[in-house]
Amino acid sequence: MQSVIKVGRSSIASVQALGRLACLFAQSLLQKPTNLKQEFSLITAQLYSVGVLSLLIIALSGLFIGMVLALQGYTVLSRFGATEALGQLVSLSLIRELGPVVAALLFAGRAGSALTAEVGFMKATEQLSALEMMAVNPLTYIIRPRLIAGMIAMPILALIFNMVAIYSAWYVCVALLHVDSGSFWANMQNAVDFRLDVINGLIKSLCFGVVVTLIALYQGYESIPTTEGIGRATTNSVVLSSISVLGLDFLLTAFMFGT
Amino acid sequence: MTNPNHLASLQNVTFKRGERGILNNMSLSIARGKITAIMGPSGCGKTTLLKLLTLQLQPNTGSVNIFGEDASYYASNEKLLALRQRIGILFQSGALFSGLSAFDNVAFPLRQHTKLSERMIRELVLIKLHMVGLRGARDLMPNELSGGMNRRVALARTIALDPELILYDEPFAGQDPISMGVLKDLIEKLNSALGVTSIIVSHDIAETTEIADELYVIASGDIIGAGETQQVKQMDNPLLKQFFNGQADGPIAFHFPAPSYAHDMGLNT
Repeated sequence: MQSVIKVGRSSIASVQALGRLACLFAQSLLQKPTNLKQEFSLITAQLYSVGVLSLLIIALSGLFIGMVLALQGYTVLSRFGATEALGQLVSLSLIRELGPVVAALLFAGRAGSALTAEVGFMKATEQLSALEMMAVNPLTYIIRPRLIAGMIAMPILALIFNMVAIYSAWYVCVALLHVDSGSFWANMQNAVDFRLDVINGLIKSLCFGVVVTLIALYQGYESIPTTEGIGRATTNSVVLSSISVLGLDFLLTAFMFGT
Repeated sequence: MTNPNHLASLQNVTFKRGERGILNNMSLSIARGKITAIMGPSGCGKTTLLKLLTLQLQPNTGSVNIFGEDASYYASNEKLLALRQRIGILFQSGALFSGLSAFDNVAFPLRQHTKLSERMIRELVLIKLHMVGLRGARDLMPNELSGGMNRRVALARTIALDPELILYDEPFAGQDPISMGVLKDLIEKLNSALGVTSIIVSHDIAETTEIADELYVIASGDIIGAGETQQVKQMDNPLLKQFFNGQADGPIAFHFPAPSYAHDMGLNT
């Protein structure tokens, strides 16, 4: 009986949390901006914080993932004498799946955790209460600029990830494994459809950007304002974001590429 | 009917956190233009009282009245925001924005709620920072300020918009004697020169009673002493005597409810 009660309680708590998450999203985005200049400068500052500061980890990961993908692809394709198809393999894997998903997972680890810790710290040090008491809505001043910055930064980071990974794969294929450069690019050009692959990949990134940033901000905003509470919220933020990205990726892939 | 001499009041307010009662059927009023101190041991509900007065919390029963209007009048977001522009609150932690310098922290409410030019804002901010003795620290970030300096910058930010009501949550906690004296003088000056109404929530007896016109002492969710400060200090009430003399033994329990010491030590057979 106790276990049934526990399941019931946790189900209710999960549904309530989802409701609060949706409210946070709607209340922060739907309120009319009062000062566009300030809004712009807040978003720009956050773009630097969540976007530019995530560039290095995204670019480095793209570099190595592209190289590994080329090596693994070569090992398999060389058995069938189809190494010219490496360009196709690398580009489709990256643009459709690896780019958006890996960039989102890295984004959750780098920027998402930082957002949760920052907002949690603001709550613990009464900065959010101070904003409310100064007649400034924390949802529009703190949450909205971070959310919008996350939504803008994520697709751009995924594009950069793809670009670095494709070039690093090209370098491994052409310079180290002596695959013909012309066939590498020609196969890629033939295989990749701009709307189906590139645009769908960007839509995925945008969805992941919303999910990761929203979960990170929600976890910080709802965190228990203690050292332990912020630590737990940061861990939850990364874990929940990562699982949500992978789950959502399955749904989006089924919807976009499923027959 | 509200008394025009009272800027804010609580009528028969009860507030609970879960099953635990924090305030029990409490009534008090804050005199306009005076310094009212709310004192009591830690955890007696002082900060809760401040949050009720600023409508950050809703009472379980009873009514809150502020600036002559019942709390329900401020139900709309616009009215609540307008109310909060008339109130300044000095938080216990200072609550400075960690990403802004001391100058920008003080300028923040001015930039949000006025259309003053940057030059005018600069002058006002420097005046406020000078009042708390930190004009020279204007470019420092909150993490470069000591605890006392942090609180003084926060006070400068609190008074930036010249509020009608200022609430001080433990303003003297962790201050060195000079800062404490400066703060005490400042609270008095703001009150007398600008006609501001002040509410000080504190358990620093000497400093608070020195400047407070009226005093409420709370213990275990009830008011145990109310009136003019000197009168309350001289009341013949064992609860008050224990509080003012700082005694561990008395009607106010120092120990959290627990089984007997002997039982916990395994001495009972």
